[in-house]
Amino acid sequence: MFRPMRDVASAAALNFTFDGRALQGRVGDTVAAALLANGITTCRETPVSGAPRAPYCLMGICFDCLVVIDGVGNRQGCLVPLTDGMAIETQHGRRHVEEVEA
Amino acid sequence: MNPSGNRNEGDVVVIGGGVVGGAIALGLARSGARVTVLDEGDTAFRASRGNFALVWVQSKGFGMPEYALWSRRSADDWHGLAAILRDEAGLDVAHSQPGGFMLCLSEEELDKRVEMMRRLHNSQPLTDFPYEVLDHAETKRRLPAIGKDVVGSLYSPLDGHVNSLKLFRALREACVRRGVDYRPEHPVESIVPREGGFAVSGPWGEVRAGRVVLCAGLGNARLAPMVGLDAPVKPSKGQIIVTEKTEPFLHNPMVTVRQTDEGGVMIGDSQEDRGFDTVVGQPILSTMAERAVKMFPRLAGLNVVRTWSALRVMSPDGFPIYDQSETHPGAFVVTCHSGVTLAANHALTLAPAILAGELPEAVATFTARRFHVPAHA
Repeated sequence: MFRPMRDVASAAALNFTFDGRALQGRVGDTVAAALLANGITTCRETPVSGAPRAPYCLMGICFDCLVVIDGVGNRQGCLVPLTDGMAIETQHGRRHVEEVEA
Repeated sequence: MNPSGNRNEGDVVVIGGGVVGGAIALGLARSGARVTVLDEGDTAFRASRGNFALVWVQSKGFGMPEYALWSRRSADDWHGLAAILRDEAGLDVAHSQPGGFMLCLSEEELDKRVEMMRRLHNSQPLTDFPYEVLDHAETKRRLPAIGKDVVGSLYSPLDGHVNSLKLFRALREACVRRGVDYRPEHPVESIVPREGGFAVSGPWGEVRAGRVVLCAGLGNARLAPMVGLDAPVKPSKGQIIVTEKTEPFLHNPMVTVRQTDEGGVMIGDSQEDRGFDTVVGQPILSTMAERAVKMFPRLAGLNVVRTWSALRVMSPDGFPIYDQSETHPGAFVVTCHSGVTLAANHALTLAPAILAGELPEAVATFTARRFHVPAHA
């Protein structure tokens, strides 16, 4: 559905995983852009109805691109630059809150 | 549709379509009245949209024990109201009464609260109100998510909460299905007693009815004198923080922290515990957040998605005002700051009494005449 523009396509490759699948993005991609470029159109399920969602506004407003990045849930994929070795996962419903001690 | 200017368009005009007006209108309609609700629009001050959604009893009534009884009665009857809304509006408002905690972050704070509760419940007729004082270990056993800074808590099984946005919507839906004539964008400019009833008018025109009930929140202060009533209410700003939706970890409501049925965590500076407000001092968002994180350390890892403020509708002593006009019988005022907690009383007890023409003995204390008693040294 989406393909990178030529100048972006020439950027260096970055390796990442989505739900364990090995994929490639480019330097300069956001997480959301890398997912879309790899044909991934469902990145989360909503907490209330469980409806599937994909990155939409790509500018931090709609919160439809929420994903788990390196174990931290509910991150906005469109605002996080892709880095090499990132482990990205589908956000299933509500975020899990990590236990932390103050 | 009723064109503006019609006469005798119903038995009762309710002014205000928030949680208070909605509950009164539903109760009136369920009692068989033909009801018109005159509401403002989306720009109205609307505590019904901004509140903290507690159905709270613990610690209420300091200085007026009848308020504790009235709050408890509503908490009891809330189960029935939730069932009515499920049946009549087809909506689950996520009401539950799992018991509520007031967490304390210092020994001094705990001592003050315990002393206030002891004084409150030493007074008749509040001796059989169940509550417990818990130390850190016992609080931790019941609420494993608390942090080390929680020195103890007060717990009452009477406290609960609800999804107040769903309540707001369900009241409106149930009213409409009962045939209530709900009119948004109908601000009221004047109420004139006329021919044994009332002519209520605004820029949109006029309606007439035999009874009028003022449920206009802060607007009641302006409207009440038009029909010989008194509602000296003033705004009291409250602020709320809400986090992203997370997995459920908090079953019970706290007086200032609760997780909604949909997963978001609300942090507020609730004044449900009036009489205790000096304990927390001037509430501001950062203080609220800091206290909440001390109570539940895992909140530190959550994203805040919104903050907002809303205006409480406060009478001079913080308690409700319920009156029927002496000079213009048939005109009533119903105003309070705990419209969610008291929704069950408003729909199930007060509304039928208003239709019958006489307020119940249980609310006699809440007359505004209490503000007119000369002060004694």
